[in-house]
Amino acid sequence: MADQHAISTPTHPSSFAQNPIQRFLVATEIDTRLLGMIGALAIIWVGFNIFSGGLFLTPRNLWNLSVQTASVAVMVTGMVLVIVTRNIDLSVGSILGLVAMVMGITQTEILPVQLGLGLGHPLIWMLSLLAGLVVGVGIGALQGAIIAYLRVPAFIVTLGGYLVWRGAAWWVTMGRTVAPMDSTFQLIGGGPAGSIGFTWSWVVAVIACCAIGAGIFFGRQQRRRFNFPQRPLWAELSLAILGCGATIAAVWVANAYPWPVRIAENYAKANGLAVPDGGLFISHGIAIPVIIAVAVGVAMTFLSRRTRFGRYVYAMGGNPEAAELAGINTRWVTVKIFMLMGGLCAIAAAISSARLNAATNALGTLDELYVIAAAVIGGTSLAGGVGTIAGALLGAVVMQSLQSGMVLMGLDSPLQSIVVGIVLVFAVWLDTLYRRNKQ
Amino acid sequence: MLDASTPLVEMTDISIAFGGIKAVDHASISLNRGEVVGLLGHNGAGKSTLIKILSGAYKRDAGDIRINGETATINNPRDAKSYGIETIYQQLAVADNVDAAANLFLGREMITPLGTLDDAAMESRAREVMGRLNPNFRRFKEPVKALSGGQRQSVAIARAILFNARILIMDEPTAALGPQETAQVGDLIKQLKSDGIGIFLISHDIHDVFDLADRVVVMKNGQVVGEARTSEVTKDEVLGMIIMGKVPPGARPGPGAIAG
Repeated sequence: MADQHAISTPTHPSSFAQNPIQRFLVATEIDTRLLGMIGALAIIWVGFNIFSGGLFLTPRNLWNLSVQTASVAVMVTGMVLVIVTRNIDLSVGSILGLVAMVMGITQTEILPVQLGLGLGHPLIWMLSLLAGLVVGVGIGALQGAIIAYLRVPAFIVTLGGYLVWRGAAWWVTMGRTVAPMDSTFQLIGGGPAGSIGFTWSWVVAVIACCAIGAGIFFGRQQRRRFNFPQRPLWAELSLAILGCGATIAAVWVANAYPWPVRIAENYAKANGLAVPDGGLFISHGIAIPVIIAVAVGVAMTFLSRRTRFGRYVYAMGGNPEAAELAGINTRWVTVKIFMLMGGLCAIAAAISSARLNAATNALGTLDELYVIAAAVIGGTSLAGGVGTIAGALLGAVVMQSLQSGMVLMGLDSPLQSIVVGIVLVFAVWLDTLYRRNKQ
Repeated sequence: MLDASTPLVEMTDISIAFGGIKAVDHASISLNRGEVVGLLGHNGAGKSTLIKILSGAYKRDAGDIRINGETATINNPRDAKSYGIETIYQQLAVADNVDAAANLFLGREMITPLGTLDDAAMESRAREVMGRLNPNFRRFKEPVKALSGGQRQSVAIARAILFNARILIMDEPTAALGPQETAQVGDLIKQLKSDGIGIFLISHDIHDVFDLADRVVVMKNGQVVGEARTSEVTKDEVLGMIIMGKVPPGARPGPGAIAG
């Protein structure tokens, strides 16, 4: 202990970097890989904007993009943990389909008719969501237990699940589409009513900015407490400005997208408002599914970085044997990961079915592949041990941007699949190059 | 207080078979406080398997384990740790993708009052322990993958001593190390020994072990050939035990000894 002062010199490594850009990167401790992804996303956005004749970078398209990404984004946060532990889940799309069906039946038949709550009862959306979560977590627990305790490879178990749960979704109503959903439940899917509006969006922005500031402040205090090297003050400040700037820009975009004219007129009529000459401008604000997705992203990042569970997940991915020998109950952790995945599928199912305002037995078809692709594009390594929630969320945005960009450009649907497939392989190749150079 | 003559660890008549092959066959071994016992034998002699039974990685088919004279139930690595048994494995058992502090505290993380990981406190403790073990160690923020073999080994050793181990098992602790690092580990073993910790050193190379150990136990084909105090036998005699199973006069024969 006597030589402790010798080993913890509070000089930040950034003071050794020469080049100003390098110094900025080291000082802010920004993940360069993540930065590369943001750059790639920027190129995709600007490129599509040019080729679609300025349709891509409009508040309307970006708002829609955010809503369309929400469902996959929720699931990809769980898929990261699954893949980090060297497993895979091919059943998420099917689980989504089945859970959506269960929630649909619960809110259209079981609760209002069979239990006599009546349509539109305020408890209906909560109980339906709860039922969906129970089914999703239960399916995850079952699959996880088979993988962890019976030692059947995850690929096989979830491939089986892919067929079983899709079949089960079909079986619930014998293939009939369930619609319409409960009116409160529908808000989970977004739309003009399912957005929080101008004022609340800014409230969210203020809260987010405060959280960013507090996070940076407490992180700095913690480092000071243990006499660790600290980031230079200017680096902390630029991080805060970048974070808050991005938040404010996102909210500004969401608020710049007005309600469709008809809906705004109806709203004005119902509330006795006068419609001004230029038409009524009512901001959408942030959509509820986007808030859910962001909240899930924050919660999952917290879980993966700041809790024992998250630490074990990464340790298991890096060296399963070492984790086991360190006394970690790796089987139970595996079951918990799949339970979490099932729960996230349920949330995604709520978003998808609420957005469609129906539960169909094809809902979520191919989602497993989009989710896995998003995670992999976001830097999650199939070899295990590597992957971040933030990266995977960005991956989901990249995937959705490609798709909606191609739609705006009027590309045929077969061509869209071809492009997405090529981009997936290309992105992973780039990532391999990046990792090889880093070593 | 416990009688000082009670062995810290007593493993009696331990057997384990994998698919009909008797990896360990009625082996007995003991360890006292502050003693270093070298467990020697060829690759495949059963020494690692025997010791993995003590560390909870394998479940024995038969036999008893006594810790401080009391029968111990060890079914998994967690049980072993609760008896103060810490193991440093041959294949460096570290998670490559997380940093040194995370590896040191793996399975026993420090937690803030809110129930979240206290990374700063763990890193601080890690710096303290690593500073004692290997003052040149500075790469706390990087994944263990980026470290040299010796640095990784010091992480593994630090993990074992961090939690006040009473019984330390080192499986080929210096196999991956250079001469200087090997000497460091030797010094460390002497230091731990003077703290009253019992240490099993497992190796197939007698030179790694002979000078550090108080006693050697030799295994061959899953059986104990014999044991001897290092002061009463020569290296060549022990080598004879390892290679031919021939027990010299200064040693006590075990079930695996060959006649003559």
